[in-house]
Amino acid sequence: MASNSSGDESSRHQTARHRLSVIAGHLQRPTDRNAALLAVDCKAQGSKPNVNTSDRGEGRTVPRRRQEIMKWNGWGYSDSRFLFNKKGQAEFTGNRYRLSGMIIPGLKDWMEGTFGANLQHKTQATPVLNTSAVQPPTLNEAFVEELKSTGIPFSHEAEDRVFRAHGHCLHEIFALREGKIGRVPDMVVWPNCHNDVVKIVELACKHNVCLIPYGGGTSVSSALECPPEETRSIVSLDTSQMNRILWIDEKNLTAHVESGIVGQDLERLLNESGYCTGHEPDSMEFSSLGGWVATRASGMKKNIYGNIEDLVVHIKMVTPRGVIEKSCQGPRMSTGPDIHHFILGSEGTLGVVTEVTIKIRPMPEYQKYGSVVFPNFEQGVACLREVARQRCAPASIRLMDNEQFKFAHALKPQVSSIFTSFLDGLKKFYITKFKGFDPNRLCVATLLFEGPREKVLQHEKQVYDIAAKFGGLAAGEDNGQRGYMLTFVIAYLRDLGMDYYVIGESFETSVPWDRVLDICRNVKARIIRECKDKGVQFPPLSTCRVTQTYDAGACVYFYFAFNYRGLSDPVHVYEQVEHAAREEILANGGSLSHHHGVGKLRKEWMRETVSNVGVGMLKSVKDYVDPNNIFGNRNLL
Amino acid sequence: MANTYRVLDKVHLQDEEEFVDILEDKRHCSDLRFAFRTFSPPPYKGAPACSSAELNQAVLESQYLRYVINEVALEMGSSVEEVRDEACGIMREMSQNLQLRFIRLMGFVVRKVFKRIFSAIYVNMERLQALQQATQECPVILMPNHRSYIDFLVVSYILFNYDIPVPVIAAGIPLAGMKIVGEMLRRSGAFFIRRAIGSDKLYWAVLSEYVRTIVRKGFAPLEFFVEGLRSRTLKSLPPKLGMMNMILEPFFKGEVYDVTLLPISISYERVLEESLLAHELLGFPKPRESTAGLLKASRVLQENYGCMHVNFGRPLSARRLCEGKINRCQYNLTPRDLPQKPNAEAQACGSWLAHMIVRLQEEGALTSPWSLMACVLLQVPTAALTEEGLLFHQLTERTLWLRKLALDFRAHLNWPEKVPDSDVMSSTVALHRSVVYRKAGRVYLTRNDELEQKHSIEEDMMRTAAALLMLASYRNQCLHVFVRPALLALAMSVTKSTRKDELLTCFCFLQEVFSNEFVFIPGQSSQDFEEACSLLHKCKAVHVGQWEVTDSDTEPEVLSFLQELLKPFIESYQLMFRFLCEERDCVFREKDFLSGVRTLATKLIVSGELHTYEALSSDMQKNVLSSLRRLGAITKITTSQNNEYKVNKSAVRRTGDMLAGRIPPQIVQAAPDARL
Repeated sequence: MASNSSGDESSRHQTARHRLSVIAGHLQRPTDRNAALLAVDCKAQGSKPNVNTSDRGEGRTVPRRRQEIMKWNGWGYSDSRFLFNKKGQAEFTGNRYRLSGMIIPGLKDWMEGTFGANLQHKTQATPVLNTSAVQPPTLNEAFVEELKSTGIPFSHEAEDRVFRAHGHCLHEIFALREGKIGRVPDMVVWPNCHNDVVKIVELACKHNVCLIPYGGGTSVSSALECPPEETRSIVSLDTSQMNRILWIDEKNLTAHVESGIVGQDLERLLNESGYCTGHEPDSMEFSSLGGWVATRASGMKKNIYGNIEDLVVHIKMVTPRGVIEKSCQGPRMSTGPDIHHFILGSEGTLGVVTEVTIKIRPMPEYQKYGSVVFPNFEQGVACLREVARQRCAPASIRLMDNEQFKFAHALKPQVSSIFTSFLDGLKKFYITKFKGFDPNRLCVATLLFEGPREKVLQHEKQVYDIAAKFGGLAAGEDNGQRGYMLTFVIAYLRDLGMDYYVIGESFETSVPWDRVLDICRNVKARIIRECKDKGVQFPPLSTCRVTQTYDAGACVYFYFAFNYRGLSDPVHVYEQVEHAAREEILANGGSLSHHHGVGKLRKEWMRETVSNVGVGMLKSVKDYVDPNNIFGNRNLL
Repeated sequence: MANTYRVLDKVHLQDEEEFVDILEDKRHCSDLRFAFRTFSPPPYKGAPACSSAELNQAVLESQYLRYVINEVALEMGSSVEEVRDEACGIMREMSQNLQLRFIRLMGFVVRKVFKRIFSAIYVNMERLQALQQATQECPVILMPNHRSYIDFLVVSYILFNYDIPVPVIAAGIPLAGMKIVGEMLRRSGAFFIRRAIGSDKLYWAVLSEYVRTIVRKGFAPLEFFVEGLRSRTLKSLPPKLGMMNMILEPFFKGEVYDVTLLPISISYERVLEESLLAHELLGFPKPRESTAGLLKASRVLQENYGCMHVNFGRPLSARRLCEGKINRCQYNLTPRDLPQKPNAEAQACGSWLAHMIVRLQEEGALTSPWSLMACVLLQVPTAALTEEGLLFHQLTERTLWLRKLALDFRAHLNWPEKVPDSDVMSSTVALHRSVVYRKAGRVYLTRNDELEQKHSIEEDMMRTAAALLMLASYRNQCLHVFVRPALLALAMSVTKSTRKDELLTCFCFLQEVFSNEFVFIPGQSSQDFEEACSLLHKCKAVHVGQWEVTDSDTEPEVLSFLQELLKPFIESYQLMFRFLCEERDCVFREKDFLSGVRTLATKLIVSGELHTYEALSSDMQKNVLSSLRRLGAITKITTSQNNEYKVNKSAVRRTGDMLAGRIPPQIVQAAPDARL
């Protein structure tokens, strides 16, 4: 990241400061320790791009050469990772996160206890990319020639191409760690603005080149995988350099933003003007605005701000047929089916989203975490249901099951003071002994309130009162905050697991309220059963949480990981189990996906999900918009 | 069909499993101490137990019942409160009230009684451990066969014995009517279901919600008899599907992860109700279940009933069995609380499962020497048994021959080891002196009765009939071992053909005609046929080629024995077909049919034209009616008290002709199963 951390705490950042502490709360270290993240001027605005890699638009997280700051075969920043130090204690490196530089004493025992993992048994990932393993690019010379003349930067270096050939599905990362490289894009282009994209798409059409849009690369649906049957030259269209906020409309509270901007930059830049979008998907550090639109993303605070489809006011997308957009910014229109809904969730099959007008809100005045302990998961779900019924959900409310509660507990960093640990012990005693909660059944809801201070406090009381009716006990801000922190580091943890023969993944669904408990129980049980049947030696971690509430249902997340020692093809086993779990979800009335999307991973269920006619509708749109399948990632259909 | 549980691949459980006499180790310990033993079954998923009051409340407050109550109120024009009260009434009548102290009391009494009347109760212990494990994971459904009232007690008794949660048991409402005993059963976990529910919507709703709630809560195993009622003939009955559908629904709808089905085969060497059953079959009314009647029957407690085997089957996962047979997504679009008739797919699945359970019960049953002996005795002319007697050594010889055949057919025999065969034979005959007795090296039919004074020919015949029907019942206990090869043997004699396809057609036809007599898993006729071929091949009775099945000369006895085994059925069916065709009217009442057939059969037996007494069995008479109905040869025209039927004489005649081999059999398109 940027090294220009000079005394940059100018007064005009005052408003931004508070906002930052918000993100920092669950994302980063306290701001005063990491001023680097406070961006300086965005002087790159409108400037002509420079092929020189050193210039990459200051203040923006994502450089053209992503591999400079991010892992090529794992999650997130290269400097941040979990490891077991010489004393055998878990530690999180780097200085970007709250947890960075801390010792996590409970993690080792938890990993050994939960997975039967052993620190002696380590698998090394291939440290550097072996470029000779990468197929030489199939270039469409005519396309390349014409592209050169436009001045849009591009590359066909192996590292750049490999980086854009995958998302973060388990099988993708596992293969990279093993040094196995499949079909990768033949080149990468970095358009700098909408017009660049128009030119690229025109050229692609002209020369029949396959385009695969690439935003943040955080897909977990195999959406970025190059179809192996694709014979044309594949060009990855990386939007990361289209990352400017073009204007902010304070009268209508909207901002017009280029689609390549990643979540953390968007929030930070808006914060500087005292605004926010409030859209915070768990991947917001790396995922991009265009990606959110293309997958129908959902943010943790959707209860206040809405999901992406509620947030967008206007979308511009470049398709092989030309540019699609609405003529005005009316907040709602009755003009036939909403064309935005052809774009939202199109997963890069129709075109490239280039610019989005998105709603913004003044930054919240006050924010407060909280948590509630319930005697069991059933009570917890009942409470969330009641909160939804009364429509008083806080900005975020999530319910972890018992296994996940233990997991979160294991991630508690070492406390320095004896007093804190004494207090912790006391709390535990109170809940388990005095209140009689069974430590193997209790579960925790984490809460995040936002708004004017008074309202937050009032709201907090309302929610805690409801919780009390279901046997819930307030369990402090700390637990809540740690719960949210977990979301951002869990992906790093997977890399640690993979170092020790543990593989895992999360997947999600949405389901009507009356089925929440059933789906949680059945899917978890199915995972355990399938693992057993497939010869997994140790019982897997099979856990879930309810992460979003709606009027008519909830979003449920499942986490699933197991120790694969003794299996000859762990990824295949993993995939079979995930497949079975998805079947179970569907059989229990769950949806194919709440917000991850379909990609290629879940394509096989599309027809039964949206019916034959539905598939036909989508097909006919594709046939009209992109008859030559220029956007040939073959997602969705 | 990928059948995880290879129904056809029988396990030789004698080799594998140890049956333990549970009375043995207890005989020396005091009954009282037994009753007060600590009973601590491990809880279901760590969840707390559910009292019967909580259960009832959950049922009454369920969304489903509320919905039905409103609907019924609307239809009947009565107030919701009235209907709800009615529902509460139904609940009161139905609900169990399981209490540990009554289990203890029952344990005490049952133990005393069992020790008196049974010489041993054998249980396969290893399976009990599997069962205990299963009760902690999923709702468990115990599915015993039903041959005796004792069945109610014995499973609970065993589970109590081994720290497994005591089941709630579906029982018929007449039992509830018994003073004291009804209440005792209720408190030992029985809940009571009316016999003829018909279209009483509210009753169905309460019952089904009650059953589903038990399954959902899973606090105790649910025990029910998939055959629906006690088999009067000791033969498996075609399963009833209502209960089966109810217990599967929570799984289909995802309310539980899985349901564990546990077939249990209870085999009696001698059934307590044997003579009662025979008399019932002969048309003497069954005594009402009453406490006084029970006390009167206490003289049965003076006798010895030999030993009893309770064979717990392997726990079966409904989830695995239903894989690929049911699309659970079908429940996604309507609230699961709304009343919804199971669709064709779900019904077919339930039916298949229920039939399979019956088959597994049969496979788990133990065949006693007596049962084999009954097969032999029934093939001896009646006069020989009543007058001159059968040479004991002949009986022994034939029985031992049959034992070998049964073993070839993979039967589980309960043949005492390390005891000379002659001892086994004589002790068996001694145990069953109510049916046969041995005098001077010969065996005769026992014909003692209350009707001692008068000796008209008819009454004399009735006494013979009672004894023979008892004998037939004991034969029925082992029919399942022989039925498939026997049907093939029959098909061979009916068609006089050796071509496999013709034999298969005839085989299917016979299965269809006799589907009320013998239970076959629907849609598995060709597997049954293959099984029959391979069994007959194994005992060298036939040669099986790719296209042909031909007699072999090495074992001619086998085929003739098997054909003879089914003869009573063929003869009785033909008799009734003939009766129907000779009737003047095309419309008849069921009552008249039964008495008419009985008169005709009696006449023909006396005249020596009919050789089997089984045509006198009301059970068989009713089966003929059901069979003809299914084949479309008769139709029911009223559903009132007097069941009236309209007969299509030519269809009946044609069926008879096909059965006799006069015309080639065709597979009749059976009417949809109306047994639900």
